[in-house]
Amino acid sequence: MIHLSNLDLAIAALLVLALAFFAGRHHGPLGKQILIAGIRTTIQLLLIGLVLKALFADARLGWVLLMALVMLLVAGYEVRARQHRRFVGAWSYGIGSLSMFLSSFTVTFFALWVVIGTDPWYQPQYAIPLLGMLLGNTMNGVSIAMDRLNQSAWEQRERIEARLMLGHSARDAISHLRQQAVRSGLIPIINAMTAAGIVSLPGMMTGQILAGAPPVEAVKYQILIMFLIAVGTGLGTLGAVSISCRRLFDERQRLRLDRLTEGH
Amino acid sequence: MFPRRITSSREEIPLSLLSLHALSRPGLDPVTLSVEPGQRISISGESGSGKTLLLRAIADLDPHAGELRLEGVPSQDMAATRWRAQVCYVPSESQWWDERVADHFSAPAQELLQALGFPVEVSEWAVRRLSSGERQRLAMARALALRPRVLLLDEPTANLDPGNTERVERLVCDYCKKQNAAVLWVSHDPEQRRRLAQRHWVIEAGRVREVALEAAA
Repeated sequence: MIHLSNLDLAIAALLVLALAFFAGRHHGPLGKQILIAGIRTTIQLLLIGLVLKALFADARLGWVLLMALVMLLVAGYEVRARQHRRFVGAWSYGIGSLSMFLSSFTVTFFALWVVIGTDPWYQPQYAIPLLGMLLGNTMNGVSIAMDRLNQSAWEQRERIEARLMLGHSARDAISHLRQQAVRSGLIPIINAMTAAGIVSLPGMMTGQILAGAPPVEAVKYQILIMFLIAVGTGLGTLGAVSISCRRLFDERQRLRLDRLTEGH
Repeated sequence: MFPRRITSSREEIPLSLLSLHALSRPGLDPVTLSVEPGQRISISGESGSGKTLLLRAIADLDPHAGELRLEGVPSQDMAATRWRAQVCYVPSESQWWDERVADHFSAPAQELLQALGFPVEVSEWAVRRLSSGERQRLAMARALALRPRVLLLDEPTANLDPGNTERVERLVCDYCKKQNAAVLWVSHDPEQRRRLAQRHWVIEAGRVREVALEAAA
């Protein structure tokens, strides 16, 4: 692997600065947003690099679980923050976090235990990056699907209630919105799988190849990751949409939009 | 004309077709009233007085306090889907979610559709091409096809010409007579109330009170 110097990174950062400058001149606040995002990326990745270094040196189950918990809590916060209309109270945080926990953690555990077969199963070099990729993608799917569901329910209140008035169940009354929400959440991963290797070379595989891994080995890992991400995102999205649909109605199958509030 | 009132031995509540016991919700003061089989009740009140709130509460579409009973059975003891099919609310603006008219009917309605002046092939019509008046009449047929015991109609003839208004009025009256069903009909037209109603409720600032029909007209 060719070693990257700080100067190499500074040259790449100059490109981002140039982009922020031009975006700022023509699109106002966009330039500032690009700058902040660039700074956040640098700081967050440097910090996680240090954390991973320490974790790899002292690979104890407790530390790995603590790291996983922090990742889940941050992902839950992100899901909540990305919703235009979110559930009132702890539900806005709980639905996303619970569905991501059930899907990403289960799939990661399955991959480590059954597919890759690491020893010990929580070996951080595998567990943390795998969980990170799964959580990141599941978080996108869950947040898009929940945002779509809540927003559509808000906009189509009359249609949903028209069906309830005719004796339809809550499940039937919201079935079309439920389908659209799940579809929205899964489109990114379906597109990624469809375009992989033709339109784009996935990031993980590219990283491995740049780091000197044999291409065929990198491809195998990428296929595995893609499949795991698809399953994790699918389970997480289905779970989040299912719980959200239940929460949108009460025990008398009334549409309860008073349980939603507008986000910032 | 109407079935004899009988009394439940358990709670001493007369078994009306529909009864409201201290029914209330935000914007609606507690109301206790009963409706007998076959009765046609008109409702009037200024905009925002609580007419729609009352009908929605009776249809169990919004949380409310108090109790609703259909033929003596509390709404809580009946599945929500069954309650709403039996106590059917038809709002002033109808809603449609599929492409064809037929996709919105869960029971056969040929006779009802013909009585409302539609040709046989109306089932195949595309919803997007319907006028507001056609939508309103079809919404009425869609509700009646469920054979509800109580109809809650929120200005059902607001978008209709005089001919179709008469058709809808006649259909609803015939339905109530044949099925021994009751109707609560929100109407701002004194002439319509005189034609249709046997009782009249007025709502003012969330307070429901029954008034003599002559006074209402």
